[in-house]
Amino acid sequence: MEKRKITCISCPLGCEIEAEINGDEINIQGNRCPRGKEYVINEIKDPRRVVTSNVKVNGGQFPLASVKTTGAIPKGKIFALIEKLREVELEAPVNIGQVVYKNLFDTGFDVVVTRPVEKL
Amino acid sequence: MNGKPKVVVIGAGVVGSLIARELTKYDCYVTLIDKEEDAGWGVTKANSAIVHGGYDDPVDSVRGRFAAKGNKMYTKLSEELGFDLKRIGSYVLAFEDDEIPHLGELMEKAKGNGVDGCEIHSKEEIIRRNPNINDSVKAGFWCPSAGITEPWMVAIAAVENAVLNGMDFRPGEQVVDIETGENETGKTVKIVKTNKDDYPCDFVINAAGLFADKIAQMADAYCPILHPRKGEYILLDKKLGPIVTNVLFPVPTKQSKGVLVLPTVDGGILLGPTAQDMDVDQKEDTSTSSEGLNEVRLKTSSMVKGLDFSQTVKIFAGLRPEDPQKDFVIGKTKVKGFINAAAMRSPGLTAAPAIAEYIVESVIIDEMDVALEKRSDFNPILAPYPVLPEDDPEVWEEMVQKDERYGKVVCVCNKITEAQIVEAISRGARTVDGVKFRTRASFGRCQGGFCLARIAEILARELDKPLNEIKYRTGNTKLLSGRVRT
Amino acid sequence: MREIKLDALVIGGGAAGMAAAVELTRQGCETILIEREERTGGVLNQCIHNGFGLHVFKEELTGPEYADRYKHQISQNEITVHSEKFVLKVDPDKKEVITVGVEGVTCYKPKALVMTTGARERPFSNLRIPGTRPAGIYTAGVAQKFVNLQNYLPGKDAYVLGSGDIGLIMARRLTLEGMNVLGVAELMPHSGGLARNIAQCLDDFDIPLELSTSVVEVHGKERLESITLMNFTPDTMQPILGTEKVIKCDTLILSVGLLPQNELIEDYVKADPVNKGVMVDSHQRTTHPWIFAAGNNVAVYDLVDFVTLEGIEAGKAAAQMIKEGFKECKQIPVKRSNNVGAITPLFCCLDDNPFKFYIRPTKNMDKGRVKIGPDIIQKVELGLKPSEMVDIQITREHKEKIKEMGLEEIIVEIEEV
Repeated sequence: MEKRKITCISCPLGCEIEAEINGDEINIQGNRCPRGKEYVINEIKDPRRVVTSNVKVNGGQFPLASVKTTGAIPKGKIFALIEKLREVELEAPVNIGQVVYKNLFDTGFDVVVTRPVEKL
Repeated sequence: MNGKPKVVVIGAGVVGSLIARELTKYDCYVTLIDKEEDAGWGVTKANSAIVHGGYDDPVDSVRGRFAAKGNKMYTKLSEELGFDLKRIGSYVLAFEDDEIPHLGELMEKAKGNGVDGCEIHSKEEIIRRNPNINDSVKAGFWCPSAGITEPWMVAIAAVENAVLNGMDFRPGEQVVDIETGENETGKTVKIVKTNKDDYPCDFVINAAGLFADKIAQMADAYCPILHPRKGEYILLDKKLGPIVTNVLFPVPTKQSKGVLVLPTVDGGILLGPTAQDMDVDQKEDTSTSSEGLNEVRLKTSSMVKGLDFSQTVKIFAGLRPEDPQKDFVIGKTKVKGFINAAAMRSPGLTAAPAIAEYIVESVIIDEMDVALEKRSDFNPILAPYPVLPEDDPEVWEEMVQKDERYGKVVCVCNKITEAQIVEAISRGARTVDGVKFRTRASFGRCQGGFCLARIAEILARELDKPLNEIKYRTGNTKLLSGRVRT
Repeated sequence: MREIKLDALVIGGGAAGMAAAVELTRQGCETILIEREERTGGVLNQCIHNGFGLHVFKEELTGPEYADRYKHQISQNEITVHSEKFVLKVDPDKKEVITVGVEGVTCYKPKALVMTTGARERPFSNLRIPGTRPAGIYTAGVAQKFVNLQNYLPGKDAYVLGSGDIGLIMARRLTLEGMNVLGVAELMPHSGGLARNIAQCLDDFDIPLELSTSVVEVHGKERLESITLMNFTPDTMQPILGTEKVIKCDTLILSVGLLPQNELIEDYVKADPVNKGVMVDSHQRTTHPWIFAAGNNVAVYDLVDFVTLEGIEAGKAAAQMIKEGFKECKQIPVKRSNNVGAITPLFCCLDDNPFKFYIRPTKNMDKGRVKIGPDIIQKVELGLKPSEMVDIQITREHKEKIKEMGLEEIIVEIEEV
């Protein structure tokens, strides 16, 4: 049996929820609304995050272009994503929305550029 | 000695730099060595920046011979070398009745030391000039010739001028040994050895600051053991305005001149120093402490009102070399050619120009009977580092038309431009501190928050180095580590 | 020396300035936006994380994307941007702004001036933390710029002082980009940042958060070698002897406060000691009628969306003054009462225009009643914390009531429920 404390972030109240995890069964205490239960269950079963980072750009006004995932990817894959980003080399000019990786880890989400980089 | 004399000066602080410059007025080879990457980064960098009146030193002391004389020499020196000097005058303030007789003693000492213009001022006169002084002040000893300067600039400018006059400057080199030889008269200096090179020499000037005793030991020459005395300081923001107009001293104790309140040349307010005697093995310890900083706060707050410590720009500590006699150690030694300019405790900065003249004229030429020819081509003038006045747009327009990089402001707080930073680099700055100390970039209230990245970029560009090779100062002080993406 | 006569000059091309310039142009005013960097966007250019635009664009954007929306509006509206221009002096008596750039000195003569100069970071030396002064100590914004814009890490093993959002974001950023972040210390008994950021920046990476803790000494002769942490009492913030702990690290990241920057005008306008920025009325006008202000130089906001809205208001009000001249209007001063920290505006204009109060609570409250008036507005808010501003809309009807009641001052307080 595992006990975890998770702060729900669905609303500004930020209820501190205690979860008792027994295999597939999850018991919740401390939430003041049903959204808390939903949030905590997702956090335990399949936590996901939007990830922002940088990729290398050659020949541009900046040496990097900032990037983001277009949706929340499994939390466990964050560092694997960073490793993939280390291998990327874009050539300037680079535009916002430019796709760096399509369908990352089969999530249906892409990695796209968030800061344009003009050619030097 | 064959041919022109070879002189090696060890230590590019204010004393060593001025001695080296003095030597370049004569026909000899001059080499100046310092273990730091730039001139003036030892004791010279962190002190009260005061050109003292010279009234304070005992008439029969060594420092008494040089302090008042040095003070007088500063006007011409600042004009030649282009550094800032402001003769704002100083007060020694009595807050208790039993402190007042001391002021009379200072008047006597001043007469004995040949310091002119000193007076005892009433409370009203003092408060008229400095309305923020605590109302309990009773009287003050006034010395109009005391002033403030930028001590590292004295050293930097002296070195730059000396190099223009033929001196060989070797920063970033540490003296590891001094080889001596024997002749009929006894021991004599032969070679100064650093971690990078060997320098055959006829004279060694020991201006090695905190480590002068160690240097003397290498040559088997006499120098008393020097222990470091730490002084902690707080610098307040110039936006507080002119809280005080003059240099303010409390009545001194046996320990020290006391914790002072004084303006800096660029309008800030400097508070300090404490006076903490440390062990001989603590000569690299320039850390501040909560006790020291509290002492500065308490003692200065009782002297002056309106000190807003939330406007602290910087805290720092400096060390000065103290010897058991509490006096300078200047002159020749039993080792022929080895000359001390050591134990430069207060008023070392003030006395430095007079010491430089004395070492060359009295010690080398007269006492040691060395025939040094004066050069006709010595140029005493160094172009000052350009400063753009804050409130004169005409000057800015003129400068930008000369060089458009004057139109690129890098240090937002002090309005320092790319042109000034590039000039500092071309004139010897190799590190962030080198740029800072020559231009005052990063000295302001944001402490480099806005300009550090740009200063580093300009250094990287001008020195043709990658950004992560740029350092703040000597040693392991790189700004950055590896790349994010390679 | 060049002279440029124009309707409006906006100083500072960050979020507030871009919004003000766009609004002024939309209102038909001839506007120039001045920026000292090469490009507009301000700090948004380096804030590559998410969380911007939820209010203004109803989307979650990264900083550069948010800035890009405005850069697009600037070019669409053909707004003149004078970049790499530095303001030397603002002269409200002559209504002149003197700048310098690579072509020389320019004197701008605008009918209205909008100051959107943002804030700076509180530097390490202002904290008076004793010890050495080694390499490796950075404010979060400077470290962020090196990492995200210049492609360099500041070191290997970092500790973060300050749990405001900026510190939390950098804890995550440095971890993602390859550094080892050992922990975050926060002097207060509660975190300074959003709960979401604690979860996603610290918990996700097992970075410990130590509350009621601060750095009391720094060690290392040339490079930072370690820091000494100490616990503090939660209510009086006094150090607790015996709780010293030494952490080995080579980088210290500071997120210890933002300070509004108003050096150019602080001699001419009144500042508020709690906001630390210039005082403005409900039209973003400072205490000098020629000068408007918006953004972090008024008060430190937590959402860029609020900064944009304030910038738009400043633009609107400046445009009105340009077109219709300065109109006297009765201004009611705003006074803080219980549990209210930073608040803007500090004057309510008794005209017909609605506006928003932005209020920062001074402490955590599960439930609080925001009271404006007295008796004008009473609103219960949940989950109040100092790290999240509360925005309260004042409508035309509210202003009518203020007039009716003849209030000479408006008192704002938050009552704990």
